[in-house]
Amino acid sequence: MEARKSTLKLILFTFGMFGFGFALVPLYDVFCDITGLNGKVTGPTITTYDQEISSREVKITFVTSNNKQMPWSFKSSSPQMKVETGQDYLMDFTFTNTTDKPMIGQAVPSVSPGRGARYFHKTECFCFEQQFLAAGESITIPVKFIIDPELPDDISSLALGYTLFDVTEEFANLQAKN
Amino acid sequence: MLRAIKYSLSLVAALTANLSFGAWDDLNMSPGATQLSQEIFGLHMTVFYVCLAIGIAVLLAMAFILFKYRKKEGVKPADFDDSTALEITWTVLFALILIVLAVPATSVMIKAYDDQEGDINILITGHQWKWQYEYIEDEVGFFSNLSTSLDKRNNLAPKDENYLLEVDEPLVIPTNTRVRFLITANDVIHSWWVPDFAIKQDAIPGFVNTGWTYVNEPGVFRGQCTELCGQYHGYMPIVVKAVSPEEYSTFINEKKEAKIQQALLTEKLWSTSELMEIGEATYQKNCVACHQVGGRGIPPVFPSLVGSEIVMRNKARHIEILMEGVQGAAMASYAEQLTEVEIAAVITYTRQAWGNAETGDGKIVIPKEILDYKNNKL
Amino acid sequence: MSAVIDSHHDDHHHGPAKGFSRWLYTTNHKDIGSMYLWFSLIMLFIGGAMAMVIRAELFEPGSQIVSPEFYNQMVTNHGLIMVFGVIMPAFVGFANWMIPMQIGAPDMALPRLNNLSFWILPVAFGILLSTFFMEGGAPNFGWTFYAPLSTEYAPPTVTFFIFSVHIMGASSIMGSINIITTILNMRAPGMTLMKMPLFVWSWFITAYLLIAVMPVLAGAVTMMLMDIHAGTSFFKAAGGGDPVLFQHIFWFFGHPEVYIMILPAFGIVSHIIETFSRKPIFGYSSMVYAIASIALLSFVVWAHHMFTVGMPIAGELFFMYSTMLIAIPTGVKVFNWLSTMFKGSLTFETPMLFAIAFVALFTIGGLSGIMLAIAPADFQYHDTYFVVAHFHYVLVPGALFSLLAAAYYWIPKWTGKMYDETLGKVHFWMSFISVNLTFFPMHFVGLAGMPRRIPDYAMQFADWNMMVSVGAFLFGISQLLFLFIVLKCIYNGKAATTEVWEGAKDRGFEWTVDSPAPYHTFSSPPSMESLKSSS
Repeated sequence: MEARKSTLKLILFTFGMFGFGFALVPLYDVFCDITGLNGKVTGPTITTYDQEISSREVKITFVTSNNKQMPWSFKSSSPQMKVETGQDYLMDFTFTNTTDKPMIGQAVPSVSPGRGARYFHKTECFCFEQQFLAAGESITIPVKFIIDPELPDDISSLALGYTLFDVTEEFANLQAKN
Repeated sequence: MLRAIKYSLSLVAALTANLSFGAWDDLNMSPGATQLSQEIFGLHMTVFYVCLAIGIAVLLAMAFILFKYRKKEGVKPADFDDSTALEITWTVLFALILIVLAVPATSVMIKAYDDQEGDINILITGHQWKWQYEYIEDEVGFFSNLSTSLDKRNNLAPKDENYLLEVDEPLVIPTNTRVRFLITANDVIHSWWVPDFAIKQDAIPGFVNTGWTYVNEPGVFRGQCTELCGQYHGYMPIVVKAVSPEEYSTFINEKKEAKIQQALLTEKLWSTSELMEIGEATYQKNCVACHQVGGRGIPPVFPSLVGSEIVMRNKARHIEILMEGVQGAAMASYAEQLTEVEIAAVITYTRQAWGNAETGDGKIVIPKEILDYKNNKL
Repeated sequence: MSAVIDSHHDDHHHGPAKGFSRWLYTTNHKDIGSMYLWFSLIMLFIGGAMAMVIRAELFEPGSQIVSPEFYNQMVTNHGLIMVFGVIMPAFVGFANWMIPMQIGAPDMALPRLNNLSFWILPVAFGILLSTFFMEGGAPNFGWTFYAPLSTEYAPPTVTFFIFSVHIMGASSIMGSINIITTILNMRAPGMTLMKMPLFVWSWFITAYLLIAVMPVLAGAVTMMLMDIHAGTSFFKAAGGGDPVLFQHIFWFFGHPEVYIMILPAFGIVSHIIETFSRKPIFGYSSMVYAIASIALLSFVVWAHHMFTVGMPIAGELFFMYSTMLIAIPTGVKVFNWLSTMFKGSLTFETPMLFAIAFVALFTIGGLSGIMLAIAPADFQYHDTYFVVAHFHYVLVPGALFSLLAAAYYWIPKWTGKMYDETLGKVHFWMSFISVNLTFFPMHFVGLAGMPRRIPDYAMQFADWNMMVSVGAFLFGISQLLFLFIVLKCIYNGKAATTEVWEGAKDRGFEWTVDSPAPYHTFSSPPSMESLKSSS
């Protein structure tokens, strides 16, 4: 029967669109990668540049902030740095657990302006890694980065922001499940 | 038509409630205080007039048709139902109007998206329900809270001009300087909007957005959070004070000074000898005229500090006297004249010197205690 | 014609069963249509009561009658109920009643599914409204429920909210599948697609939009559910997710949803203008193409709701241009309606008054829409009362007026009785004046800088807000009059003729059957020849 056929097709289409909703998640990541939407950046990448490429000076601003209820102290060793494109640099970030309990923190990066994100290569970083710190413990971790010489000319400064989240509970839940 | 509606509405309201519909800026966008905001205002007015013209044309045409072609005896309706030429004409017309609008819109958009670096950078963090401002280069910062009292909000006190648009500590920026804002949030999504700068940028937890401004004239600019962020979303205003670069550097220096003081008070570990040294100097400068070099004073007008009960055994009262002064006596309050460090040091000095340490409890006072005293009192 | 059909089929006519079980078990498209319409009318009064609370709170600056927290619950549920509980079910109600009658089908293609898709709707809204009595209160994060306010920071009732949205979505999807299947398979012989009445066309396209985007909404709330209860990080920045992703997914659903609420209105208004102009609709095929292109464009404009999230400039420009394009087909429709009236023979019965007001006020809403599309200017408009004014202009004098127009237009056919024309006109003028009094000043306070969704506001917005509140109370009362008119029509109306409106029998199959329309219509398909206008 005709009606039955069209009904079945429409039901299939419905499920397809439900799946498409979920497919938007990875599609969005790809989209972000291409357009630099939201300054979304991925983990470390390994990049080196030929020293011959002409370089220019770019000002990097480091921004650290804590998400709600995250009591740690979290700072870069200096708020700003002038760098040459195409060269390796290091910036130290210090995490201190100021509480009297062991905790787990996780820092999430973001680059601004967003379209500069794909020119900001972090060759070594703690992005998305969990930091376990005992009560009162402090740790300093460097972020190693290179600014792509292809960075558009009208971008003369980039901001690298890190937001520190308290993931102690999530991590505990995850452990409990496994 | 729109204007006619507007006027008739005003009339209705004025007649019914005796309200005042005064200023033009109660009706329209503010041109703002920056070049960008003025360009956006210009764009807004252009688009508005185009839309107004279209609206008036359509509504007038409609009014004409409704009147002219109302049903009349003996008049037969036409029965055409198509005209390809006509339809193509107005489709092309619409497209042209849109192109006319898109050109200036694109050029203003490009100006708004200027990614040059700022002379100063300010990190703005949205919290439930307050804003935090940090001057990145100078490493100073503070929170900015609504300062309108609960009494006003609950209609127990009269409301004034800046009701719900006032804060305890405004963001201060210099004029004639490119100020870049880095905007993020601590918990949920907020949005930082100052209409006079034409900046409305969402503050998103985990992400840093940017905006920038360049203000020519000093002034106070007010805005509000514009993304629903929980129950007190309506109560987190923004106040920005633009001041001359000189005033701005004074402001920053004060902030830095305050920060150093704060660090001294709360973080430094003080030794007795350090306090004694500052305390002796402070004593020589401020106390010696009355209490004399040896601390014996000129009783009964200026009591002796040597062997005094308060100086030897009652630390709390000792602090209180320095902070509040003594009613009806020559002793004044030093809370405003001396820093916390100086007050703590001079108290420590008098408790230690002249053999007081040996006969009394010899307790020292650290600057943090003075700060705590101040904070508890406030 | 209709008399012939009826006498011919009298033998297997059994009227409706009696009592509550008639409604619970019914598979009759007319019964189900009526239930949808009554349901949405009830929800209109519930959602409207919430709007009254909102306007009472905003009557003057300062705290008035509710707490900021409860105010947010009002704002959220007002939006959810009006969108999912009033406008959408009401259009489905009209679709159920009219699509089979307009295409000459005896009933919907999937009658049992039809019953189910209605009856889960009261369940969904029962769940949603019950959250008001639960710990933590009802959802308070706006009808757009942006993460993380709706996930990590939400009241515990958010789970019930998600469940309720799932059920609403399922109901809409089942309804849409039914409508498409009916239209595809049950048209009277000779009714080709391009001869279908415009209401049928508009619903045909709307139904496709619904099954394309309601599953995406279901996906979004499922992800929320998983973030809240299963420890995933779709929208949590901490785990590598992204709160902005939520907004992209939501508006991928949300923008087509906006057109779902207006396209059937286009169909309804086309019929009414045609009938009361006594002239065929102008540019039938361009009307169809305009609806189709609006529907297609709706999939590529979503991020114009997000101009301030910090998109790269290329994104801002793309979404600005694509949004502006929508003005073209919309403008075509407005001009076609004007051309239909041009050189017609117009009379102004209540349905026509509402339809004319629809065209006029929808135009105002459309023009403020063009202003909002201009991305740099939107930095100033975004999330202010200007936006509130815009979408209420397209949804209240837009969608809601078209629903009222449709009710007046078809109720004589359903009940066999005429409504009270004088009262109808009073209802129209009260609604028309108060709707403008309510929503027009919102443009001003928005431009002057009043953000939306705030329970209290600065002094310079006070005068206009008081006027808005007065208008809103008046509009609320006007709709009680509508309820009275409907009841009066059912119990005490004068008998209606078969044609109802002068010349209507040439314009659609529904006007060829008796008034009231028999419980079963078109047991054998009608002939296209009976419609003069189609030949």
